[in-house]
Amino acid sequence: MTRLIPLLVFIALVGLLAFGIEWNKHHEMFEVPSPLIAKPAPQFTLPLLYEPDKKLGRNDLLGEPYILNVFGSWCPTCQDEHPILTRAVKPLGIKLIGLDWRDAPADGKRWLAQFGNPYDAVLTDPDGHAGIDFGVYMAPESFLIDAQGVVRYKRIGMFTPELIQSELMPQLKTLGQPVTAK
Amino acid sequence: MKRFVFLIALIFAASFAHAIDPLPFKDRAEEVRFQNLTRVLRCLVCQNQNLADSEAELAVELRRQVFTMMQSGKSDAEIKQYLVARYNDFVLYDPPVKAGTLLLWFLPGVLVLIGAGVVFNILRKKSRQPVTAADPEEDW
Repeated sequence: MTRLIPLLVFIALVGLLAFGIEWNKHHEMFEVPSPLIAKPAPQFTLPLLYEPDKKLGRNDLLGEPYILNVFGSWCPTCQDEHPILTRAVKPLGIKLIGLDWRDAPADGKRWLAQFGNPYDAVLTDPDGHAGIDFGVYMAPESFLIDAQGVVRYKRIGMFTPELIQSELMPQLKTLGQPVTAK
Repeated sequence: MKRFVFLIALIFAASFAHAIDPLPFKDRAEEVRFQNLTRVLRCLVCQNQNLADSEAELAVELRRQVFTMMQSGKSDAEIKQYLVARYNDFVLYDPPVKAGTLLLWFLPGVLVLIGAGVVFNILRKKSRQPVTAADPEEDW
């Protein structure tokens, strides 16, 4: 029996490594689960990119669900995500709010002029504090916020057509129902 | 020669003056507190670096935030709580013990105990065996 111990230890080790490989297939190492899920979205009141005198805040957006998409003209992945937002997220009919994060408004405007503006409204957060309140650390990031102002879902990194099918659409279907904390 | 030494001294002075984002600490104690705090906070961008060492823009911003909160009299615990509320326990290099972190905290200790048990067993068996003259042929 004692002779078998090294073999058992070896099998356990192989099992652990196999689990690690399998786990990493479905999880991104860099993804930090958001503590905001199923909690009220943080308060924010930010100037609109195209009308800097006007402000739009969390409370103004209550009553209708929306996706808050964090982007920046400095962010190459946002550029990759941009056509997907336009072609695959916008047609879903949900309100799409852009948050131009840690970006000079002029740069944000130029970026949107070049690639097109898929957003129903664009907020600017040049010093990045609103983004930090949302726990943003890696643009692009997207938050699905329901009509009551509760964060339902967060995507860290870009949306892909597959993720829209497998993650966003099911979340949109549950919007009418009360929040289920994970 | 004097001029040369002066020049070298100037270059060194410049390199200190341009150390990463100098913050206006009021005294050494505050600076030490800031250093100790940012050393146990993780940078979210380069996730294997702490906030004190990271040069990522977000880390610079979060350092400034930590400094501002210190200035307004917030305790270390309150500052950590502020970051955990946004970025999860992941920002702490020293995560609290709770159900989700039990394995993280205690598995290494358990493994060491198991290892010690195995070694102890082997040694006990060996010590029970009669001592035999070492075989000169045996390859150690």
